Amino acid sequence: MFPKGTKRKFSDGEEVPDENPADIKVMSSYNLQRQSLLDMSLIKLQLCHMLVEPNLCRSVLIANTVRQIQEEMTQDGSWTIMAEALNSNQSPSDCLVATEILCRPSPKDQDEEKPFSVISYEGCDSVSCHSEEVVDDSLCEPSSEAPTYLPISIGTWEKEDQKENSEEESEEDSKPEEQVFGTFEIKNPTATPDPALDELFSDVDTSYYDLDTMLTGMQSSPKMGPYDLLDSLSSHSQSISSNSGCRPDLNELDHIMEIIVGS
Amino acid sequence: MAGVGGGNDFQWCFSQVKGAIDEDVAEADIISTVEFNYSGDLLATGDKGGRVVIFQREQESKNRPHSRGEYNVYSTFQSHEPEFDYLKSLEIEEKINKIRWLPQQNAAHSLLSTNDKTIKLWKISERDKKAEGYNLKEEDGRLRDPFRITSLRVPVLQPMDLMVEASPRRIFANAHTYHINSISVNSDHETYLSADDLRINLWHLEITDRSFNIVDIKPANMEELTEVITAAECHPNQCNVFVYSSSKGTIRLCDMRAAALCDRHTKFFEEPEDPSSRSFFSEIISSISDVKFSHGGRYMMTRDYLSVKVWDLNMENRPVETYQVHEYLRSKLCSLYENDCIFDKFECCWNGTDSAIMTGSYNNFFRMFDRNTRRDITLEASRESSKPRGILKPRKVCTGGKRKKDEISVDSLDFNKKILHTAWHPKENVIAVAATNNLYIFQDKMN
Repeated sequence: MFPKGTKRKFSDGEEVPDENPADIKVMSSYNLQRQSLLDMSLIKLQLCHMLVEPNLCRSVLIANTVRQIQEEMTQDGSWTIMAEALNSNQSPSDCLVATEILCRPSPKDQDEEKPFSVISYEGCDSVSCHSEEVVDDSLCEPSSEAPTYLPISIGTWEKEDQKENSEEESEEDSKPEEQVFGTFEIKNPTATPDPALDELFSDVDTSYYDLDTMLTGMQSSPKMGPYDLLDSLSSHSQSISSNSGCRPDLNELDHIMEIIVGS
Repeated sequence: MAGVGGGNDFQWCFSQVKGAIDEDVAEADIISTVEFNYSGDLLATGDKGGRVVIFQREQESKNRPHSRGEYNVYSTFQSHEPEFDYLKSLEIEEKINKIRWLPQQNAAHSLLSTNDKTIKLWKISERDKKAEGYNLKEEDGRLRDPFRITSLRVPVLQPMDLMVEASPRRIFANAHTYHINSISVNSDHETYLSADDLRINLWHLEITDRSFNIVDIKPANMEELTEVITAAECHPNQCNVFVYSSSKGTIRLCDMRAAALCDRHTKFFEEPEDPSSRSFFSEIISSISDVKFSHGGRYMMTRDYLSVKVWDLNMENRPVETYQVHEYLRSKLCSLYENDCIFDKFECCWNGTDSAIMTGSYNNFFRMFDRNTRRDITLEASRESSKPRGILKPRKVCTGGKRKKDEISVDSLDFNKKILHTAWHPKENVIAVAATNNLYIFQDKMN
């Protein structure tokens, strides 16, 4: 699931750079897992409950997490890398979560950037919710087009603020690069599992669950800054702790895995 | 009044369990709030189906001197119904978010119950007598022909089977745009506050068509929203003081005498973050899910995802006590984020003398901490350990390495069995623990 790090050959006379292969591998692994967290958060924000108003506290906390990741990615430059990679229609193997499955965007919004509020704090307006298309057959193929983007805007759909809204949205039209996340059609969460998909996921690496130790940074050593994680990673066992107690319905998990924005 | 077991001096026993035993739990039966009244004789629960069930403690009988009175159903009524907001095309859940008792002023009992949008004042009264011998109507209610009445009599009160009636006396509606998370009765017994995600309103118990907005943290541009109100409570004896907690782990204490709109706090409580434990989930787990003043009013307690903190109102920069509820979950935060458990809102409560605190956890475990002895105990609310007057065995979660006998490993915990709501009797060592659709009542062992 995660790409392997490339081996470097040691040549005599060459200066040994600061980073050794282990670090590179670890760094990209961290980036991948951070990306996974980002994708998971975006999914959570989009999967709003149609009937009942979504929990505002939860939405705010997830949005803050997304912002935090975005800031960190901007700081270490991986934000622009991702944006460029996605823009150039490539699939760099060392960049994002390497799932083979991508959601094929629906034909009508392939090439244009379609800004609309992802997060509706006033409840899910029918526009933002129902525009999520149901994708099923395309899941087995890698996407041939670049996913289109939508800006993540914590917009409001309050009736009295609608004029403000249209102004905000037109502003966002003009600055697509600043707030860009992937757009993706979300498979209807209540769809029944497809045996073909299950087969596809039979060899999915459950080291996804390593996210726990990576991102929460809880190791025996007290220093736990985001990059300190990398130091302790070498001591981190590769065995996966099965969180059977807290693992959600596997079907749900499969859906999330399918939907993860990749390149 | 002791609080916590663990030694030979104090132990908790099973007393009663209420609710169905079925494995299939109907969503509507899930208990969403538990509250003792001021005397402890009444215990109210609210559920997701909008119903309120009140239990009353029976008098201690001489026949059974070794057990305290049992709680039996006193009244059941439908407090809130599901509604539909036509403007937003959204359902309004009937789930009872909070129940708060009013101090008793006459023979009837009153409580406030609230769902996401509407607060209702219910009066629960008993009727055990009826009048018989009316002059103008028959016993079955039919009117008598006045020309047939030849003599007059005085109606007499005759005893009848006890009937408990609940009637909605006030409906406080249309004051909250966002979801109400807290209500709190003021010590003046005339007003109460209600808090939603962004605003807090002050009501007079007699006036339903208006309320004062005392806190408003809604930004002009909702895109700038980064913090919401998570809980609020009135001070137990200073009627001008209240606190509210936020999703960023801060508590603000406000004095209503300072200004009509208490957007500027009087005190600001926040513990500086430990930089060594910072992660992407730091903010989420710092979000405060409950805040409760101590009975004495000197301290307050806050519950965040992994810990309970006791604050001295005179010290804003850090709590005076911190208790870890389930630190073993810190390494599982990503999974808990994935399955949304990280957003679970646990409540906490004090015992009557403020010497102990209690809060819930997963796997139907709940934790109690003795503030004086610093002892803590983990107990489980389960049918298996529900023998009459059976002593509860302390539970232990094994975090790694070899699992001892009777310990349970972190990975075996059932995260669907969460204890979010607990209540402690105001005067005695009797506790009520809500485990999904069951209400467990435990009491101390009487020797």
